[in-house]
Amino acid sequence: MGGTGAERRRAGWRLAWPAGLALAACSGSQSALDPAGSEAERVAQLFWVMLIGTGVIWSLVIGAAVYAARVRPGPHDPAISRRLIHWGGIGLPVLALTALLAYGLQLMPELRAAGDGLKIEVSGEQWWWRVRYQTADGRSIVSANEIRLPAGERVELTLASPDVIHSLWIPNLAGKVDMIPGRVNRLVLEPTRTGNFRGVCAEFCGASHALMAFAVVVVTRPEFEQWLSQEAAAATGASSAELRRGAVLFEQVGCGGCHAIRGTAAAGTIGPDLTHLASRRTLAAGILPNEPAALRRWIAAADTIKPGVRMPSFGMLPAADLDAIVAYLASLE
Amino acid sequence: MTASADDAALDQARQQAQAARLRQVWATPGGWRYWSAVNNSEVGLWYTATAFVFLLFAGLLGLLIRVQLAVPDNDVLSAELYNQVFTLHGTVMMFLFAVPVFEAFSILILPEMLAARDLPFPRLSAFGYWCFLIGGLFVCGSIFFNAAPDGGWFMYPPLTTDLEQSGIGADIWLLGLSFIEVASIAAAVELIVGVLKCRPPGMRINLIPLYGWYVLVVAGMILFAFPPLIAGDILFELERLLDWPFFDPARGGDPLLWQHLFWIFGHPEVYIVFLPAIALLAMIIPTFAQTPIFGYSWIVLAAVGTGFLSFGLWVHHMYTTGLPAISLGFFSAASVAVAIPTGVQIFVFIATLLVGRATFSVPMLFACGALAIFTLGGLTGVMVALAPFDWQAHDSYFIVAHLHHTLIGGVLFPIIAGIYYFYPFITGRKLSDRLGRWAFWLMFVGFNISFVPMHFTGLRGMPRRIFTYPSGLGWDWLNLVSTIGAFILAAGILVLVLDVLRPKGRQPYVQRNPWRAGTLEWLTEMPGEDWGVRSVPIITSRYPLWDQPDLMRQVDEGRFYLADAEEGRRETLVTSVLDAEPMQCLRVPGNTFLTMAAAGLTGAVFIFATFHWWLATAVSAVLALVAIVAWLWTGTAIIPEKPSKPVGRGLELPLYASGPDSVGWWAMFITMLGDMAAFASLVFGYFFYWTIRPDFPPGPDAGPGVAWPFLALSLILAAWALTLAARRWNRQGLSQNLQLALPLAALLALAGTAALLAGPWQAGLQPQAAVYPATVWLLAGWTACHVVIGAIMQLYGLARSLAHRLTPAHDIDIRNIALYWHFTALTAVVTVAVLALFPKVA
Repeated sequence: MGGTGAERRRAGWRLAWPAGLALAACSGSQSALDPAGSEAERVAQLFWVMLIGTGVIWSLVIGAAVYAARVRPGPHDPAISRRLIHWGGIGLPVLALTALLAYGLQLMPELRAAGDGLKIEVSGEQWWWRVRYQTADGRSIVSANEIRLPAGERVELTLASPDVIHSLWIPNLAGKVDMIPGRVNRLVLEPTRTGNFRGVCAEFCGASHALMAFAVVVVTRPEFEQWLSQEAAAATGASSAELRRGAVLFEQVGCGGCHAIRGTAAAGTIGPDLTHLASRRTLAAGILPNEPAALRRWIAAADTIKPGVRMPSFGMLPAADLDAIVAYLASLE
Repeated sequence: MTASADDAALDQARQQAQAARLRQVWATPGGWRYWSAVNNSEVGLWYTATAFVFLLFAGLLGLLIRVQLAVPDNDVLSAELYNQVFTLHGTVMMFLFAVPVFEAFSILILPEMLAARDLPFPRLSAFGYWCFLIGGLFVCGSIFFNAAPDGGWFMYPPLTTDLEQSGIGADIWLLGLSFIEVASIAAAVELIVGVLKCRPPGMRINLIPLYGWYVLVVAGMILFAFPPLIAGDILFELERLLDWPFFDPARGGDPLLWQHLFWIFGHPEVYIVFLPAIALLAMIIPTFAQTPIFGYSWIVLAAVGTGFLSFGLWVHHMYTTGLPAISLGFFSAASVAVAIPTGVQIFVFIATLLVGRATFSVPMLFACGALAIFTLGGLTGVMVALAPFDWQAHDSYFIVAHLHHTLIGGVLFPIIAGIYYFYPFITGRKLSDRLGRWAFWLMFVGFNISFVPMHFTGLRGMPRRIFTYPSGLGWDWLNLVSTIGAFILAAGILVLVLDVLRPKGRQPYVQRNPWRAGTLEWLTEMPGEDWGVRSVPIITSRYPLWDQPDLMRQVDEGRFYLADAEEGRRETLVTSVLDAEPMQCLRVPGNTFLTMAAAGLTGAVFIFATFHWWLATAVSAVLALVAIVAWLWTGTAIIPEKPSKPVGRGLELPLYASGPDSVGWWAMFITMLGDMAAFASLVFGYFFYWTIRPDFPPGPDAGPGVAWPFLALSLILAAWALTLAARRWNRQGLSQNLQLALPLAALLALAGTAALLAGPWQAGLQPQAAVYPATVWLLAGWTACHVVIGAIMQLYGLARSLAHRLTPAHDIDIRNIALYWHFTALTAVVTVAVLALFPKVA
C-alpha cells in the first residue's frame, strides 16, 4: 500500500491548496463494505455472494474461451458446441439469474418497511443539508449538516430539495435516495451499532457537488434523548465581553439575514441554523474540521473553499472583528 | 492464331475497356475537389478518422480526470473546469465516438460486404458526415472558451435549466448534439435501406453476413431511441429559451420527465454502441477459426432480442428516484433478463472457436481481451440490475468501473480488433504484429489496473463526479493506482496510434484476402479500386469466398452484373428485401459540394441559435432550405434516358422505380417511423403529466376547445386527400389535375395550420404560465411544423410536375409526398384527439 509514501505525497499536495487547507474526513467512516445499518448489512452480504458467483462464472467463461482459442484449438465435435450454447448461453443463466432475482427482490419490502416513530426531514440544498427532527411526541427541532440517530431504531427520513436534484447517501447505513424538487422521497435507516459515519450527496448538483457531505452520529437512545433536548434549547448567552462583541458583530454584519441562532435576533432561514454550531463535528457541510482556525478561513473566504457557494466572503472585515465572530460562533455549544 | 485464342484476346480487351470505364466513373476527384467526394470509401474513411480523433480528445479529457483524482485535495483543475471536463468526456465518448464510429465504419465496409458499389444515398452519407464534423467541433471546441457544458452528460434539470448555473454550455450541448443526432438518424436510415435493398442477387435474408444483421438491428434501435432524446431536447430548449416550464415543479412540470426521456434513449444507446462491436467480432472470429459461425440463427435472434429488451430497461438508471417497488421489481427482472441474449452471443463465439481450428493473431488477441473485460462488466451489470444493490452502487465509482468495463471491453477492444483486421482492407497493408502486441498488453494491463480497483473505491463510498476528495476515507491509494493504470492504458493507445500513422510506403501490399476470410468484402483488390467490386456476384452461401469456388476470378473478369459503365453513370443493384432478386439498376448521384454546403448551413442554424443571433439563424435556415431543395432537385428522382438497360448475364433491369420498389420510398417510410417515435415521446409527456398531476388537464374546458382543432383537422385531412388524389390523377396521365390539386392542398394545409394554432391562441393559453398550456402549444406546434413542411413538399411536387421532372410514368416525388402525408395525417388525428377530446374524458 505504501502508506508512508502516500502520506508524504499527500502532505505535499496539501500545501498546494490556495487556502493551505485540506478537506476534513475526520467525521467518520464512509464505506458500504463496513456496514453499520440493517440495510447496508444485507446489501453487503448480497454483494459478497454475488462477487463469489461472478468470480466462478467469469473463470468458467474465460476458461472455456482460452481452452477453445489457445489450449486445444479444435476442431471439436459440433455436439459439444451446441450443448455449450444451450446450457452455457441459456439453461444455466436462466437458473442462476432466477435464483439471484428472487434473492435480491425479496430483500426489498423488508428494507423499505416503515419507521418506528422518529422522523427526520432532510432538505438537500446547494451545498448543505437542512435537518429537522420530528419526534413521536410532537417536538420539532431544527439543525443542519449533521444527522444523529439512535441505534437499533428504524428512523424515517423525508427527503426533499428546493433547488436541484441531490441524493442522500450514508454508505455504512443504507443505499441512497434522491432528493428531487417537487417530490418528497422516503428512506428508512436502522443503524445497528453506535459510531461516527459520513454521508454525502451522490447526485451531481453543480459546482461544489464534491463538497456536500455531512456527519452521521449514531448513539444510544439515552444519549440521543440528551442530545436532542440540548439541541432543542436556545443558544446560551455570550458569557464574556469578547463573545458579546462577536454577537453584536454577527448581527451588524448581517449574518442573521441568512442564519438563525435561536435565542438571539438572528432568524434567517436561507443558510444553516447555527444555534449549536460548536457542538457539530464538522463545518461547511462535512468538509472542514470544526475548529476555530477553519471557521475563520470559512467566514473570510467561503467561495475559495466551496466554489459557487451562496455565502459571501467576509475577508474584508478587520482581523479583530473576524476573531470576535469566530470566538462567538465557537462558543455556541 | 486459333479462334479460341482470338476470342480470349478479345475477351481480355473487352474486360480492360470495361474496367477503364468503371475506374473513370468511380474515380475519386483530386485536388481540392477531393472534398466533394460522396462515395462510401471516402466518406466512410473521413467519418471513421474523425470519430477516432474525437475518441483521442475525449481520452485526454479522461486522463485529466485521473490526474485530478490521483491524490486527495488536488487542485490541478478547478471545480468549474473539472465539471466541464467530465461532462465533455462522457458526451464526446458517447455522441461523437461510440455511435458515429459504428455508422462511419458501416458506411465504409457495408457496401463491400454486400458487394454493392455504394450505399443507396451517397450524398446523404456525405451530408451526415459534414454535420457530424461541424457539430462535433462546435461541441468540443467549447471547452477552449471555458464554455463547455458542465451539467453532466445526462444534463439533469433543474440544475441545467437554471440559467444562472448553466450558461451557454447547456445550449451547446442541446443544440450541438441535436444537430448530430439528426445526422445519426439520417445515417441509420441509409444503412437500413442499404441492408434491405442493396444486397447482391441471391443473398437471401438468411445469408446476410452477421455484420449486416447487426447493422439492421442497431440502425433500427437508433431510429427509435434517438427520437425520444430529440423530443426531450426540444422540451429542454423551450424551457431554457422561452421559459416553458416542462421540468419546473413550481409550475406543474417535473424534472423526472427528462430522466425518463433521456434514459429511454440512454439505455438502448448502450446496446447501440455495444452490438456493432459484437458484430465486428462476429466477422473476425469465424475467419480465425476458419469455420462458419456456429449458431447463425442463435446469434441473430440474440441480437434482435437484445435490441428489443434494451428498450425495456431504462428505469434501472432511476432506481434511486423513489419509484414504487413494483416498477423496481419489473425493471430489475428485465435488466437481469438482458444478460441472457448477451450471454448467448458470447457462447456462440466460444462454440465457433471450438468447432473450428483457431489460429491466433493480433485481432484475436484484442477479441479475447474484449471478452475478458466485457464478461466482468456484464456480471457487474447483473449486480446493479438488482435494485437493492444498486441503491448502494448507483452514482458511485462502482458504476464508473462497471460502465468502463462494458464500454472498453464491449466497444473499444473489439473496435481495435476491427482496426487490425480491416486495416489491409482499407489501405492494402497490414499493421505491425509486434506493435499490436505491445498495444494490446499495455492497454489490457493498464485497463485492469485502472478500472478493477474502482469497484472497491465505489463501495468504499466514493461518489461519481466529484472534483476532489479528502484523504483518510480509504480512497487515496485506490485512486492513485487507478491513475497509474489510466496512463498505462493511454500508452497502449499511443502505440496503436503510432502503428496506424507510421509511414508504410515501403511496406509491400498484402496479398488479396490476407486473413483467408469467407465474406465478400475481401474480394477487394490490394490496393483497393474505387469501384468497390469489379462485378456484382450471385451469392449462394454465407461465406461465398469459402463455398463458391472460383468466385474471385469470375468477379474480376466481370462475369457477373454491372461489370461495365457504358453510360458513364455510377450504378449499383437494387434487390428485393427477402430473396434479393434483382429489381432495379440504381443510378447513384456523384460528387458534389452541395451536401457540404447544406450541412454547413444547417449547422449555422443550430450554432447561431445557440448564441441567440436570430436574424443570422433565420437567414441560414432559408439558405439551408434552398441548398437542400437544390440537392433534391438535381440529385433525386432523375428520369433516365431509357427505361431499362442490360446489366449482364442477359438480365434487363429498369433504371427507374417508384413507390415501395424504390429505395427513396423506403427511406421516407423509415424516416417517418423515427418521426413518429419522436411524436410518441411528446404524447408520452402529455400523459406522464396526466398521471402525476391531478390538475392536468385543469378541466374539461381548459384546453383549446373543440371547434378550432376539429376545423384544423378537417382542413389537414382535406389536404391529405387532395394529395392522394393528385397521386392517382398523375398515374392516370392527368398531370394538369395534379397541378391544380397540389397548390390547393398546400393552401388547405396552411389554413389547417392556422386553425390548429388558433385553438390555444383563442383560448388564451400562456405557455409560460403552467405545464398544461405549454404542452398544448408543444403538440399543436409540432403538428403545425409537420403540416407546413408537407405544404412545402406539395409545392415542390407542383414545381417538379411543371418542370416535367414528375410525369405519369416517373412519379417518385408524388408517391413520397403522399407517404409523408399519411404520417402527417396520423399525427394530426392524434394531436386533435389528445388536445380537444382528452380533456373531456379525463
